[in-house]
Amino acid sequence: MPNEEEVKKAADELDAHVAEIIKWHFSPETGCPFWLDWAKEQSWNPLEEISNFNDLCSKFPNFQDEWLRDLPNDVWVPKAYADRPFNIFETGGTTGMPKQRIGWDDFRIDYTAFSDTLSDEHFPRNHYWMMVGPTGPRRLRLAIEHLANERGCSCYFVDLDPRWVKRLIAGKQFDQARAYMDHVIDQALTILKHRSVSALFTTPKLLEALAERKDLVKAGIKGVFCGGTTMDKQYARFLVEEVCEGGQIGFVPTYGNTLMGLARHHPISADNDYSIAYYAPQPRAVLRVVNPDANQAVDYDTWGRVELTTLTKEFFMPRFLERDEALRRKPWDEAPWDGVAEVRPFGAMEKKIVEGVY
Amino acid sequence: MSIPHISCLRMGKPYRSFNESEVKDYRDGSVKATLSQVNAGIIRRDLRDISRAREALSKFSTRQLIDISSKAGELFLKESLPLGDEGHLQSAQDYLETLSSTSGLPHVMVQRNMDKIHYALTHLELILNGLTRGIDFSILDKGHGEQAGAPVCFYPTTDALGLVMPSNSPAVNSLWLPSIALKIPVIMKPGREEPWTPYRLMQAFIAAGCPKEAFGFYPTDHEGAGDILKLCGRALIFGDKSTTDLYAGDPGVQVHGPGFSKILIGDDEIENWEKYIDVMVSSISDNGGRSCVNASAVIVPKYGKEIADALGKRLGPLKPLPIDDPNAVLSGFANPKMGEWIDQTLETDLAEKGAFDATAPYRDGPRLMQAEGGTYLRPTIAYCDSMNHVLSNREFLCPYASVVEVPQSQMLRSIGPTLVVTAITADETFKNQLLAASNVERLNIGAISTMKISWDQPHEGNMFEFLYKRRSIGMAA
Repeated sequence: MPNEEEVKKAADELDAHVAEIIKWHFSPETGCPFWLDWAKEQSWNPLEEISNFNDLCSKFPNFQDEWLRDLPNDVWVPKAYADRPFNIFETGGTTGMPKQRIGWDDFRIDYTAFSDTLSDEHFPRNHYWMMVGPTGPRRLRLAIEHLANERGCSCYFVDLDPRWVKRLIAGKQFDQARAYMDHVIDQALTILKHRSVSALFTTPKLLEALAERKDLVKAGIKGVFCGGTTMDKQYARFLVEEVCEGGQIGFVPTYGNTLMGLARHHPISADNDYSIAYYAPQPRAVLRVVNPDANQAVDYDTWGRVELTTLTKEFFMPRFLERDEALRRKPWDEAPWDGVAEVRPFGAMEKKIVEGVY
Repeated sequence: MSIPHISCLRMGKPYRSFNESEVKDYRDGSVKATLSQVNAGIIRRDLRDISRAREALSKFSTRQLIDISSKAGELFLKESLPLGDEGHLQSAQDYLETLSSTSGLPHVMVQRNMDKIHYALTHLELILNGLTRGIDFSILDKGHGEQAGAPVCFYPTTDALGLVMPSNSPAVNSLWLPSIALKIPVIMKPGREEPWTPYRLMQAFIAAGCPKEAFGFYPTDHEGAGDILKLCGRALIFGDKSTTDLYAGDPGVQVHGPGFSKILIGDDEIENWEKYIDVMVSSISDNGGRSCVNASAVIVPKYGKEIADALGKRLGPLKPLPIDDPNAVLSGFANPKMGEWIDQTLETDLAEKGAFDATAPYRDGPRLMQAEGGTYLRPTIAYCDSMNHVLSNREFLCPYASVVEVPQSQMLRSIGPTLVVTAITADETFKNQLLAASNVERLNIGAISTMKISWDQPHEGNMFEFLYKRRSIGMAA
């Protein structure tokens, strides 16, 4: 546990960052059309009334994700970026018109910072990575390649289309879903057979499927960077103890998406019952676990809805309610702010959620 | 005493999962045990190494394993055995009472199920003799030898027998018991509400000297169950028709679904029908009417209404009794919604023209009732005017049977696939037709309860023929 001083220092840094980002997005000389227009319709002025994170939480309503689906991309272009073409990134597994986030350098900044959290032992420098998972229009594809490059590595890619998998599963075409997963795994195994790879990025289910068909330790895999779907304590334990052979392969679970960036995890082991807690890359993004009706953080170690605030010069997104729920965890030495643990789809205990084979 | 936790067994080794389910008392919902739930990946990983389990069993001779099975039968019936891996011990009486409290089966029925399992384990030589048609056990140990002067050679079809078990009747576990003496390990998903019997059996085997590696006990989800069925090579599944239809035609999966067992009375004996009411009543209602060998239809050439009325008079007044009453006939529902569903289905189907509830006049009150702290269904006899009625060939998890008039000449065609037929007749022509019927698994000729099974004659699949195949062999002198 960090001491109070460290927690306060991080909170002060967040407050200062919030003030800077509000000034950036709501000033006509730097801000984007969407937020400038939005502010005109309010009876209050963000530039005057938001000076810290608490102000932001109390004044801003929840960000509506339809805005990212329904509005043209250029309403999100801050004036300072007006002369640069942008990347268009789409969110994961939805069908229909996808939500899109535009960006320039954020993914590089986020993943460069994340690289510092990886060990050279499990993610050796100057070697090769392989990503097996959703590429396509997702930020993740460029981000993983940048992360590999950042460590002097190049990266192979095997794609998986989660939208297709969701359709197969929703239509109860389980054989087809299985066949598609086998097809993805076949391609990954072909790369592993013919090329030397030391680090993987993949999803938990694909990792499990890969390990069932190949001894990953013998194949030279030293580290696995894993995210995308729910990992409860039992599943995390299974992946660490059995799939990654009790630490022979470094297992780095992550929680992230196109809208946030990447949250790092607190180390997991039998000591903490493999409960995976993630910590947002504060101050660029903030995760709260809240009771959405009361707009209040829940008590530590209790369940609540995950709420994301993104605070970069490229993108401002206050209080977006993720479709996930989690346990609120206390600050950690290496990330002296709240964490979110045992993330699972919102309402997972009440209804069956299609997460698919990926 | 704390609530016991039943870990999963991975080749006999306890493994406690972070995910748990609860097994609850059918009356007050109190938790009787928690159960480790494992993800399918764990089962798949263990199956990759399953040859180790088979090797452990192969170190024993068939004779030794028969003796171990016999000892396990005694331990199962009489002794205290570990329940979970936290030091809890379960006496035979504890087992009986706990199983009764979570399944709704009265003590007397649990005791009968225990006795059946005990008999199977202590008479395994007889059973194997029946299954193998008298093959010398040394041939099974060596894999080849001579039988009746001819060379024979057998090889196992799998390294493990997969089992996806039901919760409705403990004695179904007797089906897998020969697998151990046949040196094939078991990989099991227990029934959600009935982990007690298979776990106790495994502990009895281990205490009797069987290598623990022979036992995989994996409470798991649908994916895990599917993998057990798919990856074991040979597997047994129990379930309703919608479940078993999925695996029909798969030679690696032996399907144990509804039995649709029946009593048929021939033209020659129908005038004596009153003599056979006892056998009809026991066939319909023994074991709470929960077995696939319970009769669910009585097919007669005439006197259908009279027989339905006589059965109604016997079964209609039956009420739930205290769970420890030795005269208890009805079982409570571990899942009350199942009882409600059956009651609604019966009401809806009885409203269709051509059927009536012959038990109703003798039942004081509704079929579905709350009693003894639980949910119960009282027996139902439905008279149907033809085999076309929706209730004529149905099976429910309670004492239920239809009574239908069908001319003897049309009976065998009209009954459809039937697990047990008790045919009450002395007519040679009818007997020959019955003997030649391909839609009957077990045939009783005479007034024998459909519930009576012969351990040396499998009524549903031959475990030896399922787990072993014969091949031609030549050996240089």
